[in-house]
Amino acid sequence: MYTFSNRLKIFSIVLIVLGAIGWFTGYNSAHHTTIEDVKEMIAAEAASHHGGDHDTASAESHSEENTPAANESQGEEAHSDDEHAEHIMHQIHNRPYAALYVAAFFFMMIALGTLAFYAVQHASQAGWSPVLFRVMEGITYYLLPGAIIVVAIALWAGDHLFIWMNPEVVAEDKLINAKSGFLNKTGFMIRAVVFIGGWSLYRYFSRKFSLAQDAADHNKNFKKNFRISAAFLVFYLITESMMSWDWVMSVDPHWFSTLFGWYVFASMFVSGITVIALITIYLKSKGLLDFVNDSHLHDLAKFMFGISIFWTYLWFSQFMLIWYANIPEEVVYFTARFEHYKLPFFGMVVMNFVFPFLVLMNSDYKRIPWFVVMAGIVILIGHYVDVFNMIMPATVGESWFIGLPEISAVMLFGGLFLLLVFYSLSKAPLKAKRNPFIKESELFHY
Amino acid sequence: METVKVVQAVYNDDDILMSAVKKVREKRHHIEEVYTPFPVHGLDKAMGLAPTRIAITSFMYGCLGLAVAILMMNYIMIDDWPQDIGGKPSFSYFENMPAFVPIMFELTVFMAAHLMVITFYLRSKMWPFKKAENPDPRTTDDHFLMEVATHGNVSEVEGLLVETGAIEIKIVEKEAH
Repeated sequence: MYTFSNRLKIFSIVLIVLGAIGWFTGYNSAHHTTIEDVKEMIAAEAASHHGGDHDTASAESHSEENTPAANESQGEEAHSDDEHAEHIMHQIHNRPYAALYVAAFFFMMIALGTLAFYAVQHASQAGWSPVLFRVMEGITYYLLPGAIIVVAIALWAGDHLFIWMNPEVVAEDKLINAKSGFLNKTGFMIRAVVFIGGWSLYRYFSRKFSLAQDAADHNKNFKKNFRISAAFLVFYLITESMMSWDWVMSVDPHWFSTLFGWYVFASMFVSGITVIALITIYLKSKGLLDFVNDSHLHDLAKFMFGISIFWTYLWFSQFMLIWYANIPEEVVYFTARFEHYKLPFFGMVVMNFVFPFLVLMNSDYKRIPWFVVMAGIVILIGHYVDVFNMIMPATVGESWFIGLPEISAVMLFGGLFLLLVFYSLSKAPLKAKRNPFIKESELFHY
Repeated sequence: METVKVVQAVYNDDDILMSAVKKVREKRHHIEEVYTPFPVHGLDKAMGLAPTRIAITSFMYGCLGLAVAILMMNYIMIDDWPQDIGGKPSFSYFENMPAFVPIMFELTVFMAAHLMVITFYLRSKMWPFKKAENPDPRTTDDHFLMEVATHGNVSEVEGLLVETGAIEIKIVEKEAH
């Protein structure tokens, strides 16, 4: 049985408080940025050496944005300076919302990825993993609050993040207008309720059956868990894909990619598995998971390695098809990233692919806890940056930076994540002692 | 030519074989070889064989495959007959790289896999027209055979092997090496 240590509790509360203060500071300073401030900034930037580049870059970004305001600005050259300043001001205003949303989505995604991994273990009746079930159940406890927070931020931020939530934009924009049968606030909320409701119901019942199995003298709960897990996986694959359109892809309402759901799935799956490994290593270092051995860690690290490659495969597949076809309305997505997001966009490939590929390739290294922790931290940062690259170009454009609002938002939700996950871990014994596979799992060796 | 007596014990179950291997090793007898119809998980560790280095060769073959793919595509598509790829006539390998990534990946995997298998065959001394080394043809079907070397203690080894659950014991003379 794990008891939530006061040190960790205080640490996570401090993270939440500092994160909240930091984010509000960032929000305040962004909120009070007026068009005059922006003009001063632009003038100051123009005075410095790379002023010339900036003008061409901003002209391109106007055409990429495809907002009515941007479209007008191409016609009326005389007003372009004012339009440009206003455009930048909007980006600065959007930034704290986007920072909050990216962090909230990132931690929600960890819990959801873990839930999927957990369901796979039940549905496949895996023999190696039952010793890790309680760790996974602890992580998925964050899913319900985390997902509600994501949707709440999305609705609160409104057109700061999702321009299709602005009726004026939709009225003037043929493409979004045509999609408004799906992309509208009511539909968004109904779907969110269905997604979150379905995931949370599965999470609630699988946890309940898992605990009931420990107390019972029969295996009925185990069988029920098997059945609902198989059903959940079907539900999950559909809703996860639709969730990624709603919550992520629709920040660029003109653009779409058919494998986007898979791409987000790969990201959440590998993040979830990485967090399972990190929390397992943490609890084992406290001596609470004696029944977890090197081979379990080895298998988790294999998954981290394999799913990292899977993520790269999807990232590249999405990129290559669009790059090859070179259709303007598709390629703007990558043009925006190549022009203004070079470092995060390619840095993420290094963190999510090259680093784990080389570090976790050797079989022996997958058993060394500090090696797995190191690779895991880099993978998690990489997937934060991945979400960052999905949301930021459409909301803050070239005015991005990983600064106070972004880091504070990560601290805020990171703290909340730790608080809830470790609270949940302390609520049940760490060993699913009556799972029919627990013996096999304990004896598991590679 | 000097010969030694070798005891050959036949088993009909891989779990019994595994525990037999462990017992024989505990008594510090030398296991010459174990013949099995399929790879038995963990047998190499139980026998105390040195860890395989085939993964390292596989990595090197992968690197070779990657290099071959890069040089090949650069020669074919850029140098020898410059191609306009996807309406982007840059004629530079780097700028057209996304189009070559599938080939780079495939050749990396191809070389890593095929050359690793060939290396494995050669290292196991298996090549075409090689005479089979397994002493009993049933080891290619459903039986397992363990060979234990003796040094004047044939009956002791024999007794131990019977105890471990061998269904058949044979003593043969083999060249000393």
